[in-house]
Amino acid sequence: MPSSASDLYDVAIVGAGSAGLSGAVTAAELGLSVALLDTSAQVGGQFYRHPEPALGAVRPEALHHDWSAFRSLHRRLESVESSGVTRLAGHHVWAVTRDDADNADAWTVHAVTGADGDGERPVRVRARALLLATGAYERQLPFPGWTLPGVVGAGGAQAMLKSGLVLPGRRVVVAGSGPLLLAVASSLAHAGARVPAVVEASGYLGYARHMRTLAANPHKLAEAAVHGAALLRHGVRVRTRSAVTAVHGRDRVEAVTVSRLDRDWRPVAGTGRRVECDALAVGFGLAPQIELATALGCATRPAKDGTSALALDALQRTSVPGVWAAGETGGVGGAQLAIAEGELAAISIAARLSGRPAATAGGHVRSLRRRRDRMRAFADVMAAAHRPGPGWTRWLDDDTDVCRCEEVTAGRIREAVTDLGARDARTVKLLTRAGMGWCQGRMCGAAVACLAATGGDVPPSAERRPLAVPVTLAALASLAEPNTTPEPTGSDSTDGG
Amino acid sequence: MLTRNTSDVIVVGAGVVGAACAYYAARAGLTVTVLDRGPVAGGTTGAGEGNLLVSDKEPGPELELALLSLELWRELADGLPDRIEYEPKGGLVIASDQAGLAALRDFATRQGGAGVTAHEIPADRLHDLEPHLTSGLAGGFHYPQDAQVMPALAAAHLLRSGGGRIRPHLGEEVTEVITGASGEVRGVRTVNGEFHAPYVVNAAGTWGGELARRAGVELPVLPRRGFVLVTEPLPRVVRHKVYAADYIADVASGSAALQTSPVVEGTPAGPVLIGASRERVGFDRTLSTEALRRLAAGATALFPVLAGVRVMRTYAGFRPYLPDHLPAIGPDPRVPGLLHACGHEGAGIGLAPATGLLIARWLIHGQLPMNTEPFRPERFDPVP
Repeated sequence: MPSSASDLYDVAIVGAGSAGLSGAVTAAELGLSVALLDTSAQVGGQFYRHPEPALGAVRPEALHHDWSAFRSLHRRLESVESSGVTRLAGHHVWAVTRDDADNADAWTVHAVTGADGDGERPVRVRARALLLATGAYERQLPFPGWTLPGVVGAGGAQAMLKSGLVLPGRRVVVAGSGPLLLAVASSLAHAGARVPAVVEASGYLGYARHMRTLAANPHKLAEAAVHGAALLRHGVRVRTRSAVTAVHGRDRVEAVTVSRLDRDWRPVAGTGRRVECDALAVGFGLAPQIELATALGCATRPAKDGTSALALDALQRTSVPGVWAAGETGGVGGAQLAIAEGELAAISIAARLSGRPAATAGGHVRSLRRRRDRMRAFADVMAAAHRPGPGWTRWLDDDTDVCRCEEVTAGRIREAVTDLGARDARTVKLLTRAGMGWCQGRMCGAAVACLAATGGDVPPSAERRPLAVPVTLAALASLAEPNTTPEPTGSDSTDGG
Repeated sequence: MLTRNTSDVIVVGAGVVGAACAYYAARAGLTVTVLDRGPVAGGTTGAGEGNLLVSDKEPGPELELALLSLELWRELADGLPDRIEYEPKGGLVIASDQAGLAALRDFATRQGGAGVTAHEIPADRLHDLEPHLTSGLAGGFHYPQDAQVMPALAAAHLLRSGGGRIRPHLGEEVTEVITGASGEVRGVRTVNGEFHAPYVVNAAGTWGGELARRAGVELPVLPRRGFVLVTEPLPRVVRHKVYAADYIADVASGSAALQTSPVVEGTPAGPVLIGASRERVGFDRTLSTEALRRLAAGATALFPVLAGVRVMRTYAGFRPYLPDHLPAIGPDPRVPGLLHACGHEGAGIGLAPATGLLIARWLIHGQLPMNTEPFRPERFDPVP
C-alpha cells in the first residue's frame, strides 16, 4: 500500500457514505489499494450518520432502518483496513486534476484537512482510478420567511437527530417534497416532537402510474409503510398538493401558512391556513453533489426530479475515462442503490486496472446490474413524482431573499432577467451576486435557475465550480511544484523581462 | 422561419465593447441590433476584474485610448446606475528592490509626458496607502487615475441605456455576414433568420477571428487564458489595485508559457480578487493548480494578512489578443461596411468606451477622431 502522498494508489474514492464505503471494501477485497477520503470523522455519510461515541447513544440504530447493511459494510471495512484501505477522515477535497507529470492515466486528489477544512494542511493523493461518491445535498426552494430562525432543512433536522439527538423544536411542521419528509416526520415524532402537519407539494398519484416498478421494489414499499404506520400512530396528518407559502414570527417561527397547490405547484388563492408551530423542517428532495466531476468535464444528464446528475454507463463509468461515480451523484436513489452501485463501480475499476474486462461479465455482476437497474427505475418514478412544478415561483414576493448569503431578493433576480438580459443562472449570478456567497449557490441554485428561465421548465445548470470547497490562500500557496512544466505551445520568446 | 429586421447598424457581441459601441451609436441617433450567441457579458467581460488602467501602459496609441476611456467612464458613471460599481480607487505598483524601483521611475517619467499622473511612494510611506502591505519593499508608484468597474453590470446597463434604440437578440449566433453585389455589407444571417443593416461591427471578443472569417477576412484573434481567485468577503483590507512591477512586463510579453504576477484588489462587494496569470493554451478551461499556487503565493507575499483567508472560487477567462497586443478598431477596407472592435486582450473593460465612441464617430461622420493607424484591422495581412 502506498505510504506517502507521492505514491500511487489503485483507486481514490471521494466520499465514505454508502456508495464510497461499498466501493472501498469491494475494491480492497479484489486486491486494490484504496484511499478513502471523507470530510467527516466517521464513515457512513449522511444516511448512516450516527452519534459520536461520547454521546453514549445506546441504540443509534433506532433512527435507522437498514442498520444491518451498514454494520456489515463496517465489519468488512475493519477487516480490510490494515491491508487495502487507507482511510483519510476529515479530508475536504477541493479539486481533482489529471496528472500531467509522468502518467497520463493518474489523478491527483487535492484536499485540506481539519474538522471544517480549517486544519489547512494541504494533502495530495495520487491514484490510477477515481471513484466519486460525493452524495447529495438538500434542495431548497425559497418562500417568504424562510430565513427566520426556527426554519431548518428537513435533511438537517434528520442529521441533528441522528448525530446529536437534538430536536429543532417542540411543534415541528415538516414541509417540502420527497420521500424524506415522511422519514423525517416519523423520526421527529419518535423522538418526542409534535408534528402538526406534513406538507407535501406533490400528489402521490405520480407513483400510481408506475405500479410495476413499485411492485418490483417491495422493500421500498415496506419502508414507506413503516413510516406511514408510525405517522398514523402519532396522529400526524399528511397534506399533499400543499406547501408552506409563508412563515410568521418576529424573532423566530411562530406559525406557518399552508396553501393548496394546483398541479403546477401554483398556490391556489384563498386556501391559506395558519398552522401554529415553533419550527419548520423543510426540503425539496436532494440534489447530486457533482462539482468535482463537472470540473473534470464529466457529462451530466437532466434527472427526472429537475436536478442535474452525472451521465453514467452500465458499469458506473462517467464520460471521462478513468473516472467512475456511484450513489446519489448519478441521480438520487437512496442507500441501497448506492451500495449496489459502489460495488459495481469497484468491480469495474478492478477489471479495468487488471486489464481483464471479462471480470465484469460474470453472473454476480449480471445480478448486481439487474438489482441496480430495478432500484434506479424506482428512483426515477419517485424523482418524477416530486419534480417541482413551474408554478412554485408564484409564492415568492419580490422582497423574498432568494440568495441568503448575498441577500439577493427575488425582485432583483427578476429585474436582471427582464431588464438586463440575463437568461441563465450564470448571468443572473454575474449581475446580482446571487450564488456568490458562502454556500456557492448550493442553497439558491435551483431557485435562481427557475427564475432565470422565467418560470418555464428549467434546463439544469451544469456550471463548473473548480473549487468544490473553500481553501485558504496559504494552503493553495503551499501546493508543491509539479515535477515538470508544460511544454510551451508557441515559438515566441520566453518570459518577457 | 425568416424574419426581417432592419436597423442602422448591427453589433455582434454583447460584452462590454459591443455594449459600448451600441451605446454610443444609439446616443448618436442610430438604431442598433445587438446579437450574441450567448447571454450579456457571457465571454471575457463576465470573467474580467473590471480594470480601468493607465498605470500598466507604455506611452503610445493604447495609452491615448485608455486616457480617453477613463474620462468617458467617469461620465458614464454619472449617468448609469450606481450598481456598475465604478470606483476611482487608484493603482499602486510596487517594487521589491532598488533596480525594480528605478525601472518604475523611468516608466512613470515617460508616462508623465503622455498625461499620466504618478507619484513615487517611498518605502516608509507605502503603509499609509496600504496598511496591510508586507514590509521590506523598496517603494512604489501611486496612479490616482486607475479605476475599477463591475464589468458585467456595466455591459448590461450600457445596453439598457440606449434610449430604446438598442435591440438586443441574445442566444443568437451569427452564421454568415451577408454582402451585396460589390462585396459591401448588407446584414447578417443567424440561426433564426436575417438582420439587415449597412454596417456590421465585430465586437465578438475571443470569437472575433471566427466572425471575421464568416465575413470573408482574416483577423488573427487568439485566446490568452487567465485565472482569477476570488476570496470570501472581507472588510476593506486592500484599498487600491496593487500589483508588482513584473506585471507590466508580463502584459507586454508574447510568451505562450504560464506567466504570473500578483495583482490584488478589494471590491465594493467584499471579496478580494487575485490575478493575474497569462498562458496560451487555446480555450482549455482545465484547472491549473500551478497557476493557482503561483497566484496564491504571490498574493500572500504582498499581503501576508491574506494567508488565512479562504478562496471561495476560481475561474478561467480568455483574453482576446492580436499578435502585436493592440486591438483592431475601425473599418475594414477589405469588406465595405464591416468594422472591427475587438482584440483588446486584458484591457477591454478599460478601453471599451473609447472604442465605442470611435466606432460611433466613424458611423456618423465617416472618419475617426484620432490617429487609429496602429489599430487598423488589416495590418496583419501579408505585405503584397
